[in-house]
Amino acid sequence: MLCQECRRRPATVHVTRITDGQRTEANLCESCARELGEVNILTEPQLSLQNLLASLLAHEVGKPERPAVAGDRCAQCGLSYAEFAKTGRLGCGHCYTQFEARLEPLLRRIHGASVHTGKIPARTGGTPRREDELAALRRELDGCVRREDFERAAEIRDRIRNLERPSGEG
Amino acid sequence: MAGIETNRPAKWMEGTGPYSDIVISSRIRLARNIHDLPFPHLVTESQFADMLERLKPFVTNRPARSPGQRFAMHRLRDLPLLDRQVLVEKHLISPQHARNAEHAAVILRGDEAVSILVNEEDHLRIQCLYPALQLDEAWHLGSNVDDLLERSLDYAFSPSRGYLTACPTNTGTGLRASVMLHLPALVMSNQAGRLYSDIVKLGFMVRGIYGEGTEALGNIFQFSNQVTLGRSEPEIVENLRTITERIIEQERTGRDALLREMKDQLEDRVWRAYGILTNAHLLSSSEAVQLLSDVRLGRDLGLLKGLTSFGITEVLVITRPGYLQKLAGRALSAAERDAERARLVRDKLKGPAT
Repeated sequence: MLCQECRRRPATVHVTRITDGQRTEANLCESCARELGEVNILTEPQLSLQNLLASLLAHEVGKPERPAVAGDRCAQCGLSYAEFAKTGRLGCGHCYTQFEARLEPLLRRIHGASVHTGKIPARTGGTPRREDELAALRRELDGCVRREDFERAAEIRDRIRNLERPSGEG
Repeated sequence: MAGIETNRPAKWMEGTGPYSDIVISSRIRLARNIHDLPFPHLVTESQFADMLERLKPFVTNRPARSPGQRFAMHRLRDLPLLDRQVLVEKHLISPQHARNAEHAAVILRGDEAVSILVNEEDHLRIQCLYPALQLDEAWHLGSNVDDLLERSLDYAFSPSRGYLTACPTNTGTGLRASVMLHLPALVMSNQAGRLYSDIVKLGFMVRGIYGEGTEALGNIFQFSNQVTLGRSEPEIVENLRTITERIIEQERTGRDALLREMKDQLEDRVWRAYGILTNAHLLSSSEAVQLLSDVRLGRDLGLLKGLTSFGITEVLVITRPGYLQKLAGRALSAAERDAERARLVRDKLKGPAT
């Protein structure tokens, strides 16, 4: 059987499609099938988180090397940002503070947001660290207002309000 | 640490529950780290020993209720390779975890509805696995286990970034919710490809469970959330459940159409699969996965009567290479495995040979 599209190559892809209960059949060659989008996309490379992160980080690594300055290494675990960019793995919890300025836009690109709105651990997330956090959020808010990023500013303002409530959470 | 009996079915392999004709299992995974230790790829031997020490209160200080509720911790390097493989086949640990066994452990609950991977990509990966569509149940169980762990552990947590993880793709809630679906009608009617691109656009990920790289053997797919930050856990779970229900609807519509339009071909296909599975004497792993998909579809559409009590999910797992050898009680060559697999499947489908 020849491909019903090009009528030149043998039909090797047989497509049965059911749309609204109506069945249609098509006999196609591989290349016409691909062109018509009938070949399962499972045969195409799949989008994965690893690929996504790698491409976001590769973009950063490609930037001209910045002179090494204090703050390029995590004070706690010693990991450098360049090492993180290569492996996609941070070294410890403190890296999030150390590299905050560069991680914030990265988190926004991965998640479309950079502020946590979920569960807060009962002990670890409690009041002792709240003041630090509020201070950090207020600094971030100032930055957003200066950049006129009001959407994000509103997000942070809500977050600050939540934290300021006596109970500590909503 | 205690020995381990791996050749028992895990909770999710029971295969019963809401939408069990399409949803094989529901899983919740929470990534957690301990605040004063470096992430696993930088952890030293002594820090790892320290980590295990800190986990002991969680494992031991629990009033022992039924055996199914009890937790036990195992260092992976103390487990035979075959047992690690079986744990991977039962989805209780990841292949990556099984490979990096030197500084790794797993905490299993007796019924294997909960497995906590210790020192995988993060210090803790709390995982809850239920049969069928039970995402809320899995989330509540996972969150409870998380609370219990947090009583004796200080987590790496920042109120603005949430739970801090080794990879920023997990930061925030650290929550990955996923469902494993059997979608033969969508694959047969070639709608699966379009579905994937829609799902990915909505911020979910899709992958085939069996088969290498690009092919999805047995029409079994896993769907999971991609975003972990900026949404609450109930929101993430709810979104995945909504998406899953829409996929279920599409699969059901597809199945109805197949039944209406090509019942003869469909019956032929499922009975042929049944015929091979009940008669073959050599069965490869990939052939088994594919034929079991056809038989499952036949059962779920009522084309194969009398198969309702047959635990197809269990057969899918116990015919994997590791589990098969565990059941046989000895190492088997590939050819021996094919024979053993065929025998096991014949027994399960027909009842023990007379």
